[in-house]
Amino acid sequence: MAKGEIKLMVNGKRLDGRLPEQLRDIEMKLGVVSRADGSAMVRFGNTIAVAAVYGPRELYPRYLQESRGGILRVRYNMAPFSVTDRKSPGPDRRSVEISKVIRLALEPVIFLGEFPKATIDVFVEILQADGSTRVTGINAASLALASAGIPMKDMVTACSVGKIGDTLILDLNGIEDNNSEADISFAFMPSKEKVTLFQMDGNLITEEIKRLLEVAKDACKKIYEMQKGVIREKYR
Amino acid sequence: MNEKREIVLPGELIGEKLGRKVGFGAYFEGERVFAKVLGIPRVEENEISVIPFAGVYIPRIGDKIIGIISSVEVSGWMVDINSPYAAFLPLSEGVREFVDTSRTDISGFFDAGDVIFCTVSKVTKNKTIQVSMRDIGNKKLYGGVIVKVSPNKIPRIIGRAGSMISIIKERTKCEVYTGRNGVVWLKGENKAKAIAAILTVEKESHTVGLTEKIEKLLSE
Repeated sequence: MAKGEIKLMVNGKRLDGRLPEQLRDIEMKLGVVSRADGSAMVRFGNTIAVAAVYGPRELYPRYLQESRGGILRVRYNMAPFSVTDRKSPGPDRRSVEISKVIRLALEPVIFLGEFPKATIDVFVEILQADGSTRVTGINAASLALASAGIPMKDMVTACSVGKIGDTLILDLNGIEDNNSEADISFAFMPSKEKVTLFQMDGNLITEEIKRLLEVAKDACKKIYEMQKGVIREKYR
Repeated sequence: MNEKREIVLPGELIGEKLGRKVGFGAYFEGERVFAKVLGIPRVEENEISVIPFAGVYIPRIGDKIIGIISSVEVSGWMVDINSPYAAFLPLSEGVREFVDTSRTDISGFFDAGDVIFCTVSKVTKNKTIQVSMRDIGNKKLYGGVIVKVSPNKIPRIIGRAGSMISIIKERTKCEVYTGRNGVVWLKGENKAKAIAAILTVEKESHTVGLTEKIEKLLSE
């Protein structure tokens, strides 16, 4: 199936009835993994990510220990039943890359220097995948880190933006992800206004990127308000 | 009964520095102070800090903690202190008398599995931890049971000037030791009741009127 064969925009609306710059419905929950130090579930439409945080805890084998500060380990994993064709379980090239991308998106906000020789482990499980899984995972991981009491500079919020046909869109779902002209995964520190992840696939011109950045920042701020809301609700 | 309290997320602005000390759970950029952890902000006359809701125990000098001896070394003991870092108890800090290590088996003083009430005596920058038995009140704890709670809830379990813990001790006639590292040691006949009370405090630490609730629970 060639790109653009499916009509993704009908009368200015997307296949799921959303406007170009509209987020899917978002649900967030804290404390879904009771044995973890902190955990969260985030749902973007049909995409569900569960994140669990353990630590700071002792790091073994010993050669991995860093005297200058702790290390962050992230494992992103898709459940075999998360996609329509069964995904063979276990790490593959894609999930190893995404694990690293999530780690790099979270590392700048965590005060790792306070925990020399220790590790913080983040596990991101995708239970249901319908596009934008890595940004959903980042949102869940950030909530889980906060509820585990990890010292952080700021929260991290993330969303995806892209382009179908000539239209710039926000929060891609599965079909849009596979058939778009371009898509960007974007993570952002909402109160510091700093970008921690910017990953693009496809072709865009400078003006489009500038516009998408604005759209993504606004969306991230909305997501941040939701994160605030769910935490306030839990500890009220 | 829940009072509305202010809660800050990491990265939220707490206030201006104005020459004050930036304490636990906060950091500053220029003159502005931000929260570092999720918790309740405390802005006082000379210090700004955040009381966290969660987190592991990070040792600080002077903390009274409960440790479990994990192994016996040549001239000291390794102690598990419920933290990402293990602590070392040197022979000289553990025993008052002179001990000739070439002739004595020091497991006679403390052996693996023993529970000790000790003080954090040394913390280096890269978190090498040393504990000591030299302080007043430090001792080996015989028998009893151990309950682990979140280290951030220990001040609530102790209560203002020890009010909560003294109620628990008095009503259950239990011997109770609380360590800053989130380990509570209990001994006595009514320990089941005391444990229930402690776990209730941990679970409902953020609610108002907890002391009355615990008194009620214990008088049942």
